[in-house]
Order: sequence, then structure tokens, then C-alpha cells
Amino acid sequence: MLLFVTRRVGTMALTMIVVSILLFILLELTPGNVATKVLGPYSSEEQRRLWLEAHGYFDPIHIRYFRWLGDFIIGNFGESTRFKVPVGDVLWPRLWNTAILGFAVMVVVVPLSLTLGVLAGMKEGSKLDRSISVGSIVFTSIPEFASAVLLSAIFVFYLGLLPGTSGMASGFDLAQLVLPVMVLVLYDFGYVARMTRASMAEVMLTNYIRTAVLKGLPYRSVILKHALRNALIAPFTVIMLQINWLLSGVIVVEFFFAYKGFGALLLEASLNQDIFLIEACAMVAVFVAVGTQFAADVGYTYLNPRIRFS
Amino acid sequence: MAEQTVSMPKPPSKAWRMFRSIGLLRESPVGIVGVAIIVFWAVLALFADVLAPYPPNATISPMMFPGDTDASGNMFLLGTDHLGRDILSRIIHGSRRVLILAPLATLCAYIVGIPMGLAAGYLRGRWDDVLSFIANVILSFPVLVLYVIIIATIGASAVNILIAITFASAPGIMRIVRGLVLDLRNREYVAAAQTRGESGLYIMFIEILPNARGPIIVDACLRLGYVIITIGVLGFLGLGLPPPDPDWGGMINETRQLAMTFPHMAVFPCIAISSLVLGFNLVADGLREISLRD
Repeated sequence: MLLFVTRRVGTMALTMIVVSILLFILLELTPGNVATKVLGPYSSEEQRRLWLEAHGYFDPIHIRYFRWLGDFIIGNFGESTRFKVPVGDVLWPRLWNTAILGFAVMVVVVPLSLTLGVLAGMKEGSKLDRSISVGSIVFTSIPEFASAVLLSAIFVFYLGLLPGTSGMASGFDLAQLVLPVMVLVLYDFGYVARMTRASMAEVMLTNYIRTAVLKGLPYRSVILKHALRNALIAPFTVIMLQINWLLSGVIVVEFFFAYKGFGALLLEASLNQDIFLIEACAMVAVFVAVGTQFAADVGYTYLNPRIRFS
Repeated sequence: MAEQTVSMPKPPSKAWRMFRSIGLLRESPVGIVGVAIIVFWAVLALFADVLAPYPPNATISPMMFPGDTDASGNMFLLGTDHLGRDILSRIIHGSRRVLILAPLATLCAYIVGIPMGLAAGYLRGRWDDVLSFIANVILSFPVLVLYVIIIATIGASAVNILIAITFASAPGIMRIVRGLVLDLRNREYVAAAQTRGESGLYIMFIEILPNARGPIIVDACLRLGYVIITIGVLGFLGLGLPPPDPDWGGMINETRQLAMTFPHMAVFPCIAISSLVLGFNLVADGLREISLRD
């Protein structure tokens, strides 16, 4: 187990390093661009040269990369040109807001999609199974921005029940969280439900379930005691990997509802060419994605005794 | 697909095989609905000039609700937008852009991803290690984060959107193809070709690839749906193709500020995108169902 975990941590670190190199090449390869982005398009040639010199941009590229990486690891991300404050000052509060949103989504998605998936997978090919499957296809086909528009047309325009923006201008407001959560849930639950269904359907065909049914156990206890325990291992991984999707989804949802979160921040940084903020956001996003994947792998091996650590 | 173990001397033509696999969808009601939706949009895109009641960029009467008639007697079935352009005509013309760009981008991704997957799965060894690692790195980015960074850095144009989609989708395709090849490379017909002394390229592209086509086609349908969503999202975030030509995602972006008072401006393009994506997803589901049955 220890060897397995160490190896996974190693791969994770290597991935992060390659990602950082990619980002560095994409954004910082030409120092002239960096200076223009930091100082603005109206800065003079002389100003840019002085800035580049002061920040060591005339050093060879590998020295620049390692210095950049070192700063990154100790949390020194540089200054945001958009917000005129250190990147960390805007990044962490925004990330916290997104964590709240993501947590709320998970609280709804996990029970909902597991229940639907188990119900559909219990009797493969039944009417309930078909309707749950088709229903989940329909919901995954509606992109987040479309459901955001459609749901706000219904709940904000026609019914007037919910606020249309989620800026949280006057403190935290649960009502403002409802629509963003709803949009993300609608897009995400279908996939998890289908994966749970597949896993459940597979378990229902195994011999030990057949034995349990044949020895006359009540159907309820076959499902609850024997099937569920094994059927829910695979969806665990799927749910962990959903977090990667969620990070994409929050960009759209936070942009639409003006929610002050990480996704909106990344978009704002990109649109304004706020180079250090883009770098920090991208690294955080990848770190979260790789980290959850790691947690998913370790958790899966832990939950599934059949997998041996090789 | 998998049971075809001997390579036929003269396989049926590509067009016939395509036709036959679409014909197979008859057995899946869900798939037929999907095909119907796609055909519906394809017809609209093909005959956009005839079917659209007004020119897509013409300013006629602003802020008309669906079904309204303006002072000079123009009727707007789906209303007009804030600049007075007919929404129905813009949706019909916008379908052209999606139906050209999305399949093209998907095709590019497959052109890059398939050889990568073939090489990783057939050659194994170092090829596999390197290609799989590259794929893992790219796939560790949340997709949209990757798109936003790429497009914001290299700029929004049709070619750049193609590049971004290829870059972000090819690793996923590579993984799928690799998995299929790992299964197929031990078949007798591959061993036969190796004994005949065929080159690696021949075996990968002529022997293995055609036999892996089933799952690849299903994946391509799903992926087309995702690419349509991606193009829509980029337009919606303001990173899509520049105005004024109609773009579904862009239409939503331009009018979303007004969504609280004139929801129809954004709602109809949303329905258009969702229905087209649904079409491809239903076809994929139908094809998968049929291939599992065999």
C-alpha cells in the first residue's frame, strides 16, 4: 500500500511539474509579452526594459523557470494586474466561495444520482431503467449555460421565486445559491447515475446475487445487503472524478450568475490577460483535479479488496 | 465487429458501411429520434437561405416578443433581439456554423488522436509510456480551464478554436483507441499480417483500425455532442467567433443581460444547442445499445 501511494504521489508531482512547464512556455516564453501584459499596452519601450531587468527576465530561460517555480511553491504568485493586489489575496477567498458551491452540489448530486442509478440498475431493461437512462441522457445534453438561461427564465422571469444573480453583495444568501447549484446538479447527475446503473447492473448478474436470490432471501435484503456494497465501489471513483468536471462547470455558472468564485476569477483573468493570476488559477485547478484523482485511486484500492497493489 | 477475424479480400465500400450502420439504428427507437433531430438541423442549415424569413444580420424591429407583428406587418415567430434582428433567422443561419465547425474540429481531433492511440497500443514500450503520460497531463486540466487559457492566449478565431479542441480532445481519443488496440493486437489476423511481413503502419491502419471502428463511431457521436457544447460555451463566455454573424453561443452571450426581461432572446438559442447535442447523444446511445446486443 505504501509503495502504491508513494508511486501515485510521484506521478502526481511529475504531472504538476509538466503542467507548470507547459504553462510557463505558453505564457512566459517571450518576456516582451509579459512586460506588455503587466505594464499595459501603453507602456514605453524603456519602461518595459527596466521592468524586465528588475524582475530578472534577461536571465536564461531555465533559471527563470526554476525561480518562477520556487516562488510558486512558497505561495508567492506575483501581483495581479487586474486587481492590483497580490494574487493570493484574491485567489483564496474566491476558491473558498467555489468550495461552498461545489460542496452544495455534491450534497445533492451524490444521493440523487446513486438512488436513481441503483433503481435503474436493479432491473436492467425495465421501464424504470429505460426512463431513467433516457432522462439522464436528456439532462446531460443540456449544456450548463442553456440550463442556466432556461431555469432563470422559469424561476426568475415567470415565477419570480428566486434572485437572478448570485453576487452575494449583502452577505451570504442561501436563496442566491439555489439556481447555480441546480444548474450544476442537472448537468452532472446524469453521468454519475448512468455509471452507477452500469455498475449495479453488472453486480446483479453475478453468481453470488443469483445464489442469494435462489436461497430465498427477500429481494430487499439481497439488494441492500449484497448488491449495494459492491455496486457502489465504481461510482465512488466516478464521483471523485466529477470534481474535475465541476471545475469546468463553475466557470460557466459563476459567470452567468455573477457568483464571486474561482471560475469567474479564472475567466476574468484570462479575458484581461492578467498573466500571474492565470498561472495561479491554472495551477490550482490542475492541483485540485490531480489531487482528487489521487484520492479516487487510493480510495478505490482501499474499498476494493480485489485490487492488489502492484 | 469483433467477430470478423479474417480480413476480407474486398471489403464493402465506406459509404455502404456507413449506410448500413445508420440502417441498423432502425432497431433503436431512441436512435431514430436522434437521427431525426440531426437531419432536421442539417436540412435547416443546408437550405438556410430559403427557409429563414429574414436576412440574419438585418436590423428590423427591436425587442419583439415571439409571435409579435411590427408596424410594417413583419411577423416574428420567435421574436427579435435587442438589435432588432429576427431570432428565428439567426438560429437557422447559426446552425451552419455549428454543423461545419463541430464535425471539422472532431475530425481534426481524431486525425491526431487515432495515430497516437494506435502507436501507444500497438508499439507499446516507450511509445506507450510517453504518449500515455502526455495524455494524462493534458487530461488533468479541467477541460474548460484549458479552453479558456488557450483561447484567451492565442485569440478567438475558427482556426484557433479547431486547434484548442484538437489539443484538448486528442488525448481522450488516444486513450480509447489505445484500449481497443490492446484488445485487438493479439487477434489471429494481426498475427497473420505479422507473419506475412507487413509493416507496422499497414497492420495499425489496415488491419487493426477498421476492426476498432464500432466503439470509435459511438465515441465520435458523443464527442460531437461535447464539441457542440464547447463551441457554444466559448461563444457564451465571449471567447467565440466575433460578431455579427449568428453564433448560437454568441447569441446567448449578447442577450443574457436582458434575460430577466426578454428571456426569449436567450432561451431559443439554448433550445437549439441542447436539441442538437441531444440528437448526437441519442444516436450514440442507440448505436451502443445495438452493438451490445450483437
